[in-house]
Amino acid sequence: MTDLSKTGAAVGEPVRAGEPPRAFLEVRDLKVHFPTDDGLVKSVDGLSFQLEKGRTLGIVGESGSGKSVTSLAVMGLHRLGSRGKNVQMSGEIWLDGKELVSASPDEVRRMRGRQMAMIFQDPLSAMHPYYTVGNQIVEAYRVHNKVDKKTARRRAVELLDRVGIPEPNKRVDMYPHEFSGGMRQRAMIAMALVNNPELLIADEPTTALDVTVQAQILDLIRDLQKEFGSAVVIITHDLGVVAEIADDILVMYGGRCVERGPVDKIFYEPSHPYTWGLLGSMPRIDRAQTDRLIPVKGQPPSLINVPTGCAFNPRCPYADVPKGGITRTERPELHEVGGGHFTACHLSQEDRTRIWTEEIAPKL
Amino acid sequence: MISYIIRRTIAALVLLLVVTAVTFGIFFILPKLAGQTADQLAQQYIGKNPTPEDIAAVKANLGLDQPVYVQYWDFVKGIVSGATYDLGPTTVRCDAPCFGYSFKDHIEVWPQLTERLPVTLSLAVGAAVLWLIGGIAAGVVSALKPGSFFDRSAMGVALAGVSLPMFFTGQLALLLFSYKLEIFGRTYVPFTENPSQWANTLFLPWCSLALLYSAIYARLTRSGMLETMSEDFIRTARAKGLRERKVVVRHGLRAALTPLVTVFGMDIGLLLGGAVITETVFSLHGIGEYAVQAITANDLPPILGVTLLAAFFVVFMNLVVDLLYATIDPRVRLS
Repeated sequence: MTDLSKTGAAVGEPVRAGEPPRAFLEVRDLKVHFPTDDGLVKSVDGLSFQLEKGRTLGIVGESGSGKSVTSLAVMGLHRLGSRGKNVQMSGEIWLDGKELVSASPDEVRRMRGRQMAMIFQDPLSAMHPYYTVGNQIVEAYRVHNKVDKKTARRRAVELLDRVGIPEPNKRVDMYPHEFSGGMRQRAMIAMALVNNPELLIADEPTTALDVTVQAQILDLIRDLQKEFGSAVVIITHDLGVVAEIADDILVMYGGRCVERGPVDKIFYEPSHPYTWGLLGSMPRIDRAQTDRLIPVKGQPPSLINVPTGCAFNPRCPYADVPKGGITRTERPELHEVGGGHFTACHLSQEDRTRIWTEEIAPKL
Repeated sequence: MISYIIRRTIAALVLLLVVTAVTFGIFFILPKLAGQTADQLAQQYIGKNPTPEDIAAVKANLGLDQPVYVQYWDFVKGIVSGATYDLGPTTVRCDAPCFGYSFKDHIEVWPQLTERLPVTLSLAVGAAVLWLIGGIAAGVVSALKPGSFFDRSAMGVALAGVSLPMFFTGQLALLLFSYKLEIFGRTYVPFTENPSQWANTLFLPWCSLALLYSAIYARLTRSGMLETMSEDFIRTARAKGLRERKVVVRHGLRAALTPLVTVFGMDIGLLLGGAVITETVFSLHGIGEYAVQAITANDLPPILGVTLLAAFFVVFMNLVVDLLYATIDPRVRLS
């Protein structure tokens, strides 16, 4: 733990199973599989990462890369409901010294909302339409605190005020549909923060919002993180969001981590062809308007029949660079390419540097 | 809010007026289509072997030779201020609200309706309590474990409940529990006289009627719950760390039951207009049985009276549901 905080990196080298955790949140070799009629869907297939309090991890990837399932797995939410009964899960999730995968559902439930809280993508559908915003916050508070309704209501008003909702005394009695999109997301954040959680997971917190409001919400999350000192996981497909807010980035592809490291490394020295693709497909204001965005060609991989070798090989323009077709036969493991920067790619260091400096960087 | 209620009430009254007009029109035209003349109609009000003078007098007194709108106006006037029927040999005073005079039984329609309404009301309310409890509980449990043994058997029973006709299940229950085992009585006793006897007699009709409706409600609840339990706000409720039971009841059921209110209002409204088959099977002297008697006897005024009463209940329950909805679903604005 000490050596990690020295480097400031929240992502470290893999730790063997069973060892005590070295970070506040530590996910080790997490696998979440869903049996379906068509076969086993390997939504998350061997994911590891670490996160310290006070730091923000951005998990990036396209739809179906397993980023949302990861967050639901940490919260213990994926195994609830009628669809969650068959889910197969292995690996370890350590939160503040407690292992969650092997913990009983009720133990995880008691931590949920108190130690770890979550902000969802679309605040309109994520809030109950029949209860006032205040009552929903009060409910979240009273699950974990034995207080009377008056005290809980005061707490709700206090938090609504803290997240920047004007006239919180009046707003507390209004229904979600009477709020604007940005206000709703603020209320959602207030609801998540009501118990001062140490871990806050935000699943696409700005995707459903107006562009003008997005920055405000990100600022708010950043400010609140400073104030509460919590660990934050931001899940997004928008690299702009993580650039703004994250300390570290984890890029997911086909249920696995393909690259992770400090935000500067990922943006200025990305080492995985998929990350190159993501950066190339991102619109940027400093790019000439005549330049076309470069999409990542092909479709996201099937999570039932994941391509052998590197899961990205069918879409990778450099799949044939390493000799002997290794990209199609052997799955690349994460290895360190620089201070706290890991990648899972068969390209040799020389090839990677050459392709990045000669082909990719000039086009970005 | 107040102005909304007033407007809706006025609209409901207008609707009722339209219903009376249409119903009256049909009942005015029907005998004509059947080839009955005004003379024959008038004759029905008098005893046997009337003289042509008697018939002519009754025809003139009852306005049977008048055009339809005049007769309709007299009818509406009767509802509001009562009417007097001059039947030649006798004169009948029919107090407001006068819903007509049965020429077969020689009694006014309205007292018959008020006398029979408690029976129908007892039947409908008792059955409703049973089917709401049974149907919703079965639907919720089924939805929480779709495909489970309970789900399959509950939905099987529901299918049977919907498909088995009342005159089959009702008769069977009557035969077994009333005639064979003699557990339940067969003579209706008003609640005010003897509550336990009242419940004892009504138990079988309640269950038979409830079986039919709870089957529908179980299926509706099940599909509603399946839908709401996959909503995002359920995930949010779980993310708060709520116990699963609270998630199901406070968040899931609350949302799933809202559409049921509309269906329930309609069903109760319809039932209050007479549970025709149930009342006939169990020989309950309710509104529905009255309608059956009148139809078999080709006695138009009671049929008209029952139709209007049924229309009133349906319109009234709809109004109640609309007003309730604003309380149940805050997104609905009354304006």
